[in-house]
Amino acid sequence: MIKASDGKKAAWITFFVLPGAAVVFVFILLPLFMSLFNSLFDWNQLIRGEFVGLENFHKLFNGYPYRQRFINALGNNLKWFVVSMLVQNTLGLLFGYALSRRIAGRGAYIRILFIPVLFSLIAVGSLWGLYLKPKGMVNNLLILLGRPDLRRAWLGDGAIATYALIAVNIWRWVGFPTLVFMSAVDNVPEGCVEAAYLDGAGEWRIFLKIVLPLIVPAIAIVSVLTVVGSLNVFEQVYTMAGLDGPPNYATDTIGTLFYRTAFGSVDSGAPEIGVGSAIAVVIYLMTFVISLISIRLAKSKEVEL
Amino acid sequence: MKSAMRLRKAGPGKKAFILLVQCGLTAYALLILYPLFHMVMSSLKSPRDIMLDAFSLPQRVSWDNYALVWSGKGFGGYFLNSLLITGGSMLLVVLLGSMAAFGLARYKFRGNTLLSLLFLSGLMLPLKAAVIPLFQIVKGMGLMDNPLSLLLVFTAMGLPSTVFILCGFMKTIPSSLEQAARMDGCNDLRIYRQIILPMSAPSIALVTIYNAVPIWNDFFFPLVFIQSDRLKTLPVGLSSFIGQHATQWDLLFTGLSIAILPMLALYLAMSRYFIQGMTAGAVK
Repeated sequence: MIKASDGKKAAWITFFVLPGAAVVFVFILLPLFMSLFNSLFDWNQLIRGEFVGLENFHKLFNGYPYRQRFINALGNNLKWFVVSMLVQNTLGLLFGYALSRRIAGRGAYIRILFIPVLFSLIAVGSLWGLYLKPKGMVNNLLILLGRPDLRRAWLGDGAIATYALIAVNIWRWVGFPTLVFMSAVDNVPEGCVEAAYLDGAGEWRIFLKIVLPLIVPAIAIVSVLTVVGSLNVFEQVYTMAGLDGPPNYATDTIGTLFYRTAFGSVDSGAPEIGVGSAIAVVIYLMTFVISLISIRLAKSKEVEL
Repeated sequence: MKSAMRLRKAGPGKKAFILLVQCGLTAYALLILYPLFHMVMSSLKSPRDIMLDAFSLPQRVSWDNYALVWSGKGFGGYFLNSLLITGGSMLLVVLLGSMAAFGLARYKFRGNTLLSLLFLSGLMLPLKAAVIPLFQIVKGMGLMDNPLSLLLVFTAMGLPSTVFILCGFMKTIPSSLEQAARMDGCNDLRIYRQIILPMSAPSIALVTIYNAVPIWNDFFFPLVFIQSDRLKTLPVGLSSFIGQHATQWDLLFTGLSIAILPMLALYLAMSRYFIQGMTAGAVK
């Protein structure tokens, strides 16, 4: 640590930290408080009206059509979270574990895994939109595999459209949990594992009893990022389905609902800053509370060496 | 834990597991490489070839699409805008981020925890939900339809993860180096520039690729803040090929190929540092 006279030290700290802190404060933290403030007022387009208390929240939770849209969208965000946790993170754990154990072809796999993230969402949306069409590649592949009965209108059928979007998103992001879990398993001390081997424990038992408890912090990071990601789904729906979450709001999420509300096309067709801000506040609150719960849960299960 | 997962001495269960994971990884790798291949191949085809068979190889390789998209459709301009905005934002992100990380990692002072929390909060708070206040702030600053607005918002977007990762790394650099430099009469700025910054190079490579890709690909904020065609970035330009009724597939795939190329080059050039940074406990 640096020791210097107090005044000089304070000047240096200000010089190093202030510029970055100012940018983050103005463009990330200030908007949080402004959303809170905005949500408590009546708005006529972009002009602030009078103070209305929790009226906007009341409208969001009870008024037509917000209540229906909001519950429907929230349900879809929940699908995003559950399916991503179950499929994407489990797959990431499996891949990450195998890569950490130096499976053949490791270097090439690690490099390839992150390529989908380099695609812009417009590229992802148009390529997979093309593959998932009724006469697209996915259905053709199913014919080739002798299962034409499994063909679907993947993006046109309300019952499965959200799952199709989630599948594409998993395709794009699996590399991330894979690398996080790989580095976590890499950091498990070899001694612990060796000792267990000598005691005759099998691979599965070692994974379950030694590796898994030691990578809980990594699981917590991935879980929190999955929560944040699931609550923030927007572009994925916008580029592959549309702003209205077609068909018939089946793919609608809080992100798209928020955008439509804030920029106008839900109720009156005009921007609803008040209700929009209320949705933003709800997104903030949910992100905060669920992240806190995940971190607490992880802390209680954490094992110190 | 680096004991190899060898097939030798492996029981049938373990062999089956290795085979399963190998199949999974290979299938996934193909699933990634095919769309990339398909995209580039389609950009070399004529519209007629695409209409006849969207998934065949080009009959005759033609670079006409590239010429048309680059100059005819204004992608040269979009490309330059994207390059300037991404480059400028990344310069600010790395400069301000490494300075803040240095301040937080190497000095003990009251308020350190509070400032760390300020940066950490940026990791969790969704910036897109803040679009209404951001609109108000940008408008209040008189920066609507000005690329400076994107520069500032993207810098804010990249700073939290940069500070988080670099601060974690800088804390592991032994302070004896710093004390020796101080004995030699180095001031704090020189310690930052000539000791800490060069030593953090692998982590800086990690945060560069981690943040440059989302900034390069972002089309949410340019959509909201930029109206003039001459200021538009690549992702916004790309969306113009996607029509309500007819999409110009040959031009779209050409534009997409142009857009992914710089990121692919950056990623492959930095992948070694990226992977090193990821595995060296950047995410402990």
